[in-house]
Amino acid sequence: MTTEKQGIEIDNLHLSFGDTEVLSGVNLSIKPGEFFAFLGPSGSGKSTLLRAIAGFGPRPSGSIEIGGKDVLDLQPWKRNVGMVFQSYALWPHMSVRDNVGFGLQERRENKAVIRSKVDAALELVGLAHLAERMPNQLSGGQQQRIALARTVVVEPKILLLDEPLSNLDASLRVEMRRELLALQRKLGLTTIFVTHDQEEANTTSDRMAVLDGGVIQQIGSPQELYDTPANLFVADFLGTANILKGDVTKTAEGFIFTTQTGDILAIGSAETGSGSIVLRPQNISIEAKNGPRTISGTIKHREFLGSQMRYLIDAAGIEMVVDESHRAGAKWFDAGSRVNLAVNTDAAVVIAG
Amino acid sequence: MSTNQALAERLPRFLVPKVSGIKLVAILIALMLIGLLIVPVAIVIFVAFQDPATGALTLQNFVDFFRTSLFRESFWNSFYVSSVSVIMATVIAMPLAYITTRFNFRGSIIIQSLGFIPLIMPPFVGAVAMQLIFGRNGSVNLLLRDNFGVSIPFMEGLNGVILVQSIHYFPFILINLSASLRNIDRSMEEAAQNLGSSGMRLFRRIVFPLAMPGYIAGAALVFIKVFDDLGTPLLLNVNNMLAPQAFLRISSIGISDPMGYVISCILVVFSIFSLWASFLFMHGKDYATVQKGGGGMSKRDLLFSEKALAYAAVGFILLLVLSPHIGLLLLSFGTIWSYAPLPDAYTFANYVTMWDGSKDYITNTLLYAGLAATADVIIGTMIAYIVLRTNIFGRNALDYLATAALAVPGVVLGIGYLRMFHGVNIPFSNEPMASWWVIIALALMIRRLPYALRACTAALQQVSSALEEAAESLGANKFRTIKRVVIPLMSAGILAGFVTSFATAAVELSATIMLVSSNSDAPLAYGIYLFMQTPSGRGAGAALGIVAVILVAIGMIMSQLIIERDKKLRSTGDTQ
Repeated sequence: MTTEKQGIEIDNLHLSFGDTEVLSGVNLSIKPGEFFAFLGPSGSGKSTLLRAIAGFGPRPSGSIEIGGKDVLDLQPWKRNVGMVFQSYALWPHMSVRDNVGFGLQERRENKAVIRSKVDAALELVGLAHLAERMPNQLSGGQQQRIALARTVVVEPKILLLDEPLSNLDASLRVEMRRELLALQRKLGLTTIFVTHDQEEANTTSDRMAVLDGGVIQQIGSPQELYDTPANLFVADFLGTANILKGDVTKTAEGFIFTTQTGDILAIGSAETGSGSIVLRPQNISIEAKNGPRTISGTIKHREFLGSQMRYLIDAAGIEMVVDESHRAGAKWFDAGSRVNLAVNTDAAVVIAG
Repeated sequence: MSTNQALAERLPRFLVPKVSGIKLVAILIALMLIGLLIVPVAIVIFVAFQDPATGALTLQNFVDFFRTSLFRESFWNSFYVSSVSVIMATVIAMPLAYITTRFNFRGSIIIQSLGFIPLIMPPFVGAVAMQLIFGRNGSVNLLLRDNFGVSIPFMEGLNGVILVQSIHYFPFILINLSASLRNIDRSMEEAAQNLGSSGMRLFRRIVFPLAMPGYIAGAALVFIKVFDDLGTPLLLNVNNMLAPQAFLRISSIGISDPMGYVISCILVVFSIFSLWASFLFMHGKDYATVQKGGGGMSKRDLLFSEKALAYAAVGFILLLVLSPHIGLLLLSFGTIWSYAPLPDAYTFANYVTMWDGSKDYITNTLLYAGLAATADVIIGTMIAYIVLRTNIFGRNALDYLATAALAVPGVVLGIGYLRMFHGVNIPFSNEPMASWWVIIALALMIRRLPYALRACTAALQQVSSALEEAAESLGANKFRTIKRVVIPLMSAGILAGFVTSFATAAVELSATIMLVSSNSDAPLAYGIYLFMQTPSGRGAGAALGIVAVILVAIGMIMSQLIIERDKKLRSTGDTQ
């Protein structure tokens, strides 16, 4: 099972359900062989975009090219795009073998070929021994693997995964996402993975697109998006962020950020003018002593998270979240303590506007 | 009370078993169902295997049955008519079900309500009107002959029965098939498209197999209903079928003629066999696959040409389905209607004649159906409570027993009652029990109990047992809890059950026609049958038919309104 790697080019894609625009002006380029994630809250348009690539839902305007060919006017059954559904969509009236062999039968392959290809696909997902079972006799994880085998057996040009892990329990989810990635690497299939879970996207994808309100907010590797979010939505959606409003000014010592409460933070280069600064909880440290460029605050509450101690601190006019990594025997601050917060200036991101 | 207890304590325990009130009720209901349903059917089957002269057990009656060419013909005719009716009903229902569930189509609402229209009229009522429209000299054939010189034998012999039955019973397939189609998750279909399947192949390999359980349930129901139906063949004067033969043998030759029993036996066996076969087929095939975020098949818009075609198809079927109603209406207002596409003139005279001649029929119907439906909801509520809220041994058997009435053809129950009460007198009088009007009401009660039971069970299922527990923890005993909490909360469901039972009992013919002994005791359905026997009475018969249709329609609409209103009430009560 080897396929030619195909890239996907999406250009100025607009899509509406009646009067509501669900996707507006999506531009996206996915490289051949890439594991790409669509990440966003529910209603962000990520599933709609995936379905549009497969040919489901209303016809969008713009263009979707797979391997250099525009597919917008092709019916779903002509696209040769493999999709794994959130519900797996295994047909309950067919055995596992018939489910997996369905696409090959539709392609009018001969029986011997179908048999050997189905066996190979079941072998690939490690469920060759379940070929004669009915879908309702399988566990959730097994159904997931069969759905995957059913899709890859037809050697699709690309692989689309619609929230494939959301119906599995937590421990199985971690195991399955590793398996998915291993399988993708083995087959070399260009893969799009839709999820609302940032951990799933972070751990599997080469690159990802964060969507909100039918618009792509940012595209990049998981680390890029986390460390340098392009806007407040991405900053807030990917992990916990403390966001302070204020102004950037240039001084003799370099750039500084003055918050609305008058606290001053040293930062790397940024556009001058008003903006917001994004501070990740682990990039702020608590100092017992007052120092230059620190912010003073009062600890309101603390939560022990195992590897970290999380503090909620009244500072700079907001409730700031600060994480200190925890080691055995470490001391902690009590609620009500006055503390000073120092910021790792390299890690601070300023978003204009 | 105290002396009773003292006496009871002195007697051995097995003589005075401790039985709680609710257990006593369960036992009484079980006895009643056995006495009024199981025993009559058992008697019918037993007599079929009995030598009429000596009373010895024998298979001779069945041998005689299959040696008589009329009976062999009747058997094959019944089988043929039922099978072809299922096919015709499928041909009507399948496109309607597919269009409504698959496309964004305004006409869907018409189709969904159209589906219920035939059910508000008993099939035999429309049969005569259908003859006037589709018969050899009916409107359609007159027009065809004048314009094209051809005629089509729509209503000749068995064709007529098939046409009337398939138009009447196709909603059973439409309703079940549509529900099944709606329960298929759209991803089931999309997964197949994604793997390269489309069009008819997609329908044949994925959509239809997944909808199969609903289709089979509907088709089995149509088969049984047609196989057992007596009124339609009788009114169309098609006597070479099983149910009419059973009726004619008993009513003309007499209650001791074994052939009526043999036929009854065959009807029961076929009913049970079809139900069993459909159960076997559906066993373990609950394909309802809708998942969260799913919601039925994906609907797509129709192209203009497709839309025109869909409207044409729906319009044609609508006209066909409404033809008995239109015909009946014309007949009831017409003066003379024969050898003409439409009646010669219009008048209210038929309604006057009808009213003068059938006050008894209407009051009898209200009395019988009212008594039967009242008893049905009382017994239905009790059975529902026993099944859902107690752990009495064998409680589910009570449910099955009451529901088993569905598998017993009306003719068979009628014959069973005649035989069971034959030679028994009404208590404290010398009148024979078999011709007493109360027997008719009892037969209606047993026949409609499954309908009321379903409604009551559904109503009780919606009452959370926490509501009862709350009442009990505040000091209400079981009886007070049922009276003050359970019954009031079930009331809408009970009322809906009453209305359904009442409306359908009011137009029942197959059991009553066996049991009516004098015209003064006859209900409305029997009255229509009598009117329709003479050409001059047809107008008045049609007018009475219209009364029946209105009665049933009001009933159906009321029960729907009651359920809707209750649902609304409940949903506002839930959002706190």
